[in-house]
Amino acid sequence: MIDHALLVQMLLGALLALSVYLPLAAGQLSLATPAFYAIGGTLAALLSTRVPLLAGPGTGLSGADSASFPLLSLLLEMLLAGALAGGLALILGRPVLRLRGIYLAIATIALVEIVRVAILNLPFTGGAVGIFGIPQVFETASGYLFPALGLLLLAGWGCQRLETRPLGLAMAAIRDDELAARCIGINTTRVKLIAFVLSAVLAGSTGALAAHVFNTWNARQGSFDACVATLAFVILGGSRTWLGPVFGGLLLTALPELLRPLGDARLVLFGLVILLGPLLAPQGLITPALLERIGRWGRWSRRLP
Amino acid sequence: MTDALVQNLLNGVASGGVYALVALGYTLIFSVLGVINFAQGALFSLGGYLTYLLMGGRIGVNGALPGVTLPVSLPFWLALPLAAALSGLAALVVERIAFAPLRRRRAEPLLSLITSLGAGVVLVNLLQILMGAEGYAFPASALASLPVSLAIGEARIRTLQVVLLIVCALAVLALTLWLDHSRSGRALRAVAEDATTARLLGINSDRMVRLAFWISGVLAGLGGGLIGVSVSLAGPYFGMTFGLKGLAVLVLGGLGSVPGAIAGGLLMGLVEAFVPSHLSGWRDAVAFAILLVVLLLRPDGLLGRRAVEKV
Repeated sequence: MIDHALLVQMLLGALLALSVYLPLAAGQLSLATPAFYAIGGTLAALLSTRVPLLAGPGTGLSGADSASFPLLSLLLEMLLAGALAGGLALILGRPVLRLRGIYLAIATIALVEIVRVAILNLPFTGGAVGIFGIPQVFETASGYLFPALGLLLLAGWGCQRLETRPLGLAMAAIRDDELAARCIGINTTRVKLIAFVLSAVLAGSTGALAAHVFNTWNARQGSFDACVATLAFVILGGSRTWLGPVFGGLLLTALPELLRPLGDARLVLFGLVILLGPLLAPQGLITPALLERIGRWGRWSRRLP
Repeated sequence: MTDALVQNLLNGVASGGVYALVALGYTLIFSVLGVINFAQGALFSLGGYLTYLLMGGRIGVNGALPGVTLPVSLPFWLALPLAAALSGLAALVVERIAFAPLRRRRAEPLLSLITSLGAGVVLVNLLQILMGAEGYAFPASALASLPVSLAIGEARIRTLQVVLLIVCALAVLALTLWLDHSRSGRALRAVAEDATTARLLGINSDRMVRLAFWISGVLAGLGGGLIGVSVSLAGPYFGMTFGLKGLAVLVLGGLGSVPGAIAGGLLMGLVEAFVPSHLSGWRDAVAFAILLVVLLLRPDGLLGRRAVEKV
């Protein structure tokens, strides 16, 4: 049922969900994640197909099929993509984050659409077909489990640390009441900007990884549909702890694939999940109360002989 | 030279009119509930397909019922309002399923964004199952006896575009008159101003909310039917593009502002029409680029009111 390729995609979904979660944890509904994801993927696709140096010694650019792309180059691309996305977020964040609530959401949707049209029309991104033949690092899809899982663990570790650090506490304070947060001396602009940049860095590196996983990259990777999907990951999984988005991302990426036998009806079912999820579980599936209960149960069971 | 100018102007005003319809639909719901109905694009698609079917259009080979037609074959001027009214009913269903339960529970408004998107995804994919993913073109004889094009001075323009313009103008006019002068229109504005006070004054605010949804569905359905007949139905997702552009127009004009939505729609349509043809690939980004610039200069939209900061 769940093969390795799907497992990798699920991990990518969880990473994107965390990227949407970060600004949301500071009370900012930003849907810009697909834009930074698309930028990161495009950068990796361009670098790996155009820069011979990255392909390692002696292989040149012809070894696209033979899974000879060095892992180190992949990591370098992820780093560069994260840096590019983060840098852009730093520039864009200051003006964009002045907007509140639904205005911010719509402005970031606009950003996603602009990036999509740009990738479609720029002379070096391959138009509607996109960039294909992106060199492979591993022979099989299962190889990508390691970098994907590694990135997810890193991001999860960071989010976990945030829960007890001043930055994370400041984010939570802004989410609960921005005005009150400003009154107690929190530099809200700076905190929101940091959350936005972290989100972009994560989305950018995820995009670089995804470009290699999918082997081809085009403008469709970052569209309004992706905004919808990534937001659904977070809302359905629960936006109060970082485990919620991870769970939502894993589940909702797997769902359409697992429902594939249903044919066209699977997307109707997917829509129903998004429609009914918030009605049946307004807090999302993973809530702090649930984690608390699991934690208590864990401690209790350990006390048993 | 003037020929091209007239043509561009007309194209701009025509698509601007449709953007305004969609944006007005968002505006009505936003002003009474403070939320955005993301199913609007799907209702736009629905309106287009219903108009096609009501005019006796045939379901394509990839649909669930290939080759089937409805037992009716209405003329366009009857099919369009009927399809729009039915889209309005679909909007009521969306309200009942995606908005009402959250409102009763006083849940976070953000959640209705997701539920309405879900409703839109369901609707579009039901359309896809029923009608297939292929595009549909209306028969050339959609306007029966009217000539295909008219001459205005030097320029020749398509009759369909004139029809589209007239319908948009009538819809916008009717809506403004209704809002300003009728009892129920004023009641709706009262709910938009302050729902609690309106309720105290004896206005049934739930009824007004349903009315706003119905009208916004009708406006989306009208837009879908008009674009369908003047361009084509480019697959069940075609309304989504208009839904997104309408969203841009909504913000451009200021959330909740009726004149803003109309002005924003026309402005957006005109700017798009004057994108030079060698840059036409970038046309879809223009609306969003304008939106971003306007938002950054005037965070409450062109004609929007500044929201009162809570203390």
